[in-house]
Amino acid sequence: MIDVSVAYNRYKFLGHEFLTWLWHMIETDKDALLAPALGMDDIYIGNRVVLENSSHNRDEVISIKGDGAGLEEGLLALQKGAKVTEINLVAKAGENEWRFSVKGESLNLSSLKPPETGNVEGVEDVEGAVLEKISLYEKAVNLTDHLYRQFVKRRLSPEWETQTVRQMTVWIGRAAER
Amino acid sequence: MGVLSSSVSITQYRVEGEMDSGFMETVAAALNANAIREIDNEPEEKSAGWTSFESPFKPDFTGSSFMFGTHLVFSLRIDKKKIPSKVVAKQLNMAVAKRLADSERETLHRNEKTEIKDEVIRRLLLKIPATPNMYDLIWNYEAKMLWFFTGLKAANEELETLFNKTFKLSLIRMFPYTGALLACDLTDIEKDRLEKLSPTMFFRGAA
Repeated sequence: MIDVSVAYNRYKFLGHEFLTWLWHMIETDKDALLAPALGMDDIYIGNRVVLENSSHNRDEVISIKGDGAGLEEGLLALQKGAKVTEINLVAKAGENEWRFSVKGESLNLSSLKPPETGNVEGVEDVEGAVLEKISLYEKAVNLTDHLYRQFVKRRLSPEWETQTVRQMTVWIGRAAER
Repeated sequence: MGVLSSSVSITQYRVEGEMDSGFMETVAAALNANAIREIDNEPEEKSAGWTSFESPFKPDFTGSSFMFGTHLVFSLRIDKKKIPSKVVAKQLNMAVAKRLADSERETLHRNEKTEIKDEVIRRLLLKIPATPNMYDLIWNYEAKMLWFFTGLKAANEELETLFNKTFKLSLIRMFPYTGALLACDLTDIEKDRLEKLSPTMFFRGAA
């Protein structure tokens, strides 16, 4: 295993490729993303996508914010060689909704809002409330872990270059023509 | 942001190593030994230690108070004192002027000025109360996983150091490389490919 601090910087690109792939999968093959065991029945892009283009010695950051914001700018950025560095996701299970952002370089979850839970009225409610929160956070963490595992298996397979990258190239090209 | 907040940030860790027998007693003793130390009325700038999730200003790890179901829940508390630089400058100026007047001199040696500054800061640290920050954590001992409820770099570094010192266990932060290597059940061929991986260009026509 490579030294952790060296690996963090060296493999940031893997996290960015994960989020870029995830956007592509959400738009083109969402059903393949969600395993029944996760208990989630939908996933879509939320209110924020951040992209970065570090090619050709430039550091360009493109942020798309706001509910219902068009992602065309992001698609154009992908066409210019940018990758997704942060993405806000919405996952649903029936009426319940989880909103959270994933940062590519760290895989940290931020602004995680699970479905609402009851108020804590007294000390005797704390343990129950914590356990309920844990089970709700677990859903978002397990989903992210599952998606990342799916990506890594694909990324390290020979099909990455022969199939996935080709499909993504076509998607980016078509999307930018919209 | 804490476990019960409406919105949280989570950094995931894998816990490496095993604890000796008597897990609960060992954890409780280790938490007590490394509990937050109050520095109000002390000439110290910073203190970091463990505190209770339910009573962060009065750490109590007796019994199984930190066990919630099968999870350990407690908090890292970091207390810091911040003295505004302009306050230091003013107090230093006054102290230097007094020393010059008392000694009937016109200048002070550089070392003497440094000593006066250290003393000024020491006195100010005694007067200023520390600002506490609490960061909750949930440790699933059986799954060897830990969630730390902040993405702040300094707090994460403090956690890694203190956790290792307290429990003699290592925390491995789960980021793209470690997540792939340790949590994706890679074959030897896949591990080899991971080590040699280089970035992909998705759109060949990129300008």
